[in-house]
Amino acid sequence: MNNLKVFTNGLFRENPTFALLLGMCPTLGVTTSAGNGMGMGLATAFVLIMSNLVIALVANIIPDKIRIPSFIVIIAAFVTVVDLCMAAYLPALHASLGLFIPLIVVNCIVLGRAEAFASKNRVIPSIFDGLGMGLGFTFSLTLLGAIREFLGSGKMFNLSIYPDNFGMLIFVLAPGAFIALGYLIAIVNRIRAKH
Amino acid sequence: MEYILIFITAVFVNNIVLAQFLGICPFLGVSKKVSTALGMTGAVTFVMILATIVTFIVQKTVLDPFHIGFMQTITFILIIAALVQMVEIILKKVSPSLYQALGVFLPLITTNCAVLGVAIMVIQKDFNLLQSVVFAGSTALGFGLALTIFAGIREQLELTDLPKGLKGSPIALITAGLLAMAFMGFSGIV
Repeated sequence: MNNLKVFTNGLFRENPTFALLLGMCPTLGVTTSAGNGMGMGLATAFVLIMSNLVIALVANIIPDKIRIPSFIVIIAAFVTVVDLCMAAYLPALHASLGLFIPLIVVNCIVLGRAEAFASKNRVIPSIFDGLGMGLGFTFSLTLLGAIREFLGSGKMFNLSIYPDNFGMLIFVLAPGAFIALGYLIAIVNRIRAKH
Repeated sequence: MEYILIFITAVFVNNIVLAQFLGICPFLGVSKKVSTALGMTGAVTFVMILATIVTFIVQKTVLDPFHIGFMQTITFILIIAALVQMVEIILKKVSPSLYQALGVFLPLITTNCAVLGVAIMVIQKDFNLLQSVVFAGSTALGFGLALTIFAGIREQLELTDLPKGLKGSPIALITAGLLAMAFMGFSGIV
């Protein structure tokens, strides 16, 4: 019951993108298509779950003063794992996400959850927290990616829906990312205010 | 000429915030006032140039000869974290006035992805040391330019009457989008 609550907390109520505004760089940078957004979200989710798990295990052993550097090293290790695995098995996705894979290290969500949740809780809830936050992040990235891909190039997950010369190119380019996310957050805020 | 080209590309054409989406957190977080924006710019410039020099040297003298390039992410983030701590301690001793101005921003910089991003980009682009320093400096300047313009706009935005749903971060993001559109105009230069 409690674990379920922790899980849905990250998914909806404290969604990292829409409610906490964390991890904005990959949110804006890689969401040119729904597939890219989803890939990035899942990579971050994996790092979140694994680092939450390890940090929950070792948090009591680490002296308070070197807490943050130790967390960063643990996170960086898992990011390297993701980076190498993706380069080996999904080279196309790895190429299109590029720099943003190593930059998961400095994604505020991962360190934020390590500090705010995993270091204070036991292993099982920490895994659920990582899962919820990770999937919440994946959901918002996929949603934003789908909107941009649809408006920009008339596709959805690479399936053509309308001819792409009717698409608004601006949504695939940099300004479209800011504008689409701005309106998306405004809509989410509106829905939130009603409930 | 080559250095001028790197400079213009990094500041205007491939602006780190508005075209490459790095360093968005401080861009949205500390852009409420022009004065704090300038302070943040100073701190970022300082750390970015220093971090790029140190990571570049470590990459060329340690990671490359021993073929442990896969340790890049871990090594670089540790160097940056240590560097930021060290700069903070030294600045406190040597120049208290500068510490007063930049102090609050320094701890935030460890998690500024622009710093790590530039350190990795420099290696990927195969720059030499001088090119790297110019690139880091101009990227930081581009960050400062975007941040200061944005802070100026947001100061005005505080006074406007907005629909309730758009208040706060949504309108900030949309404004950033319009700013990014303006910066796209520079793409013809290079």
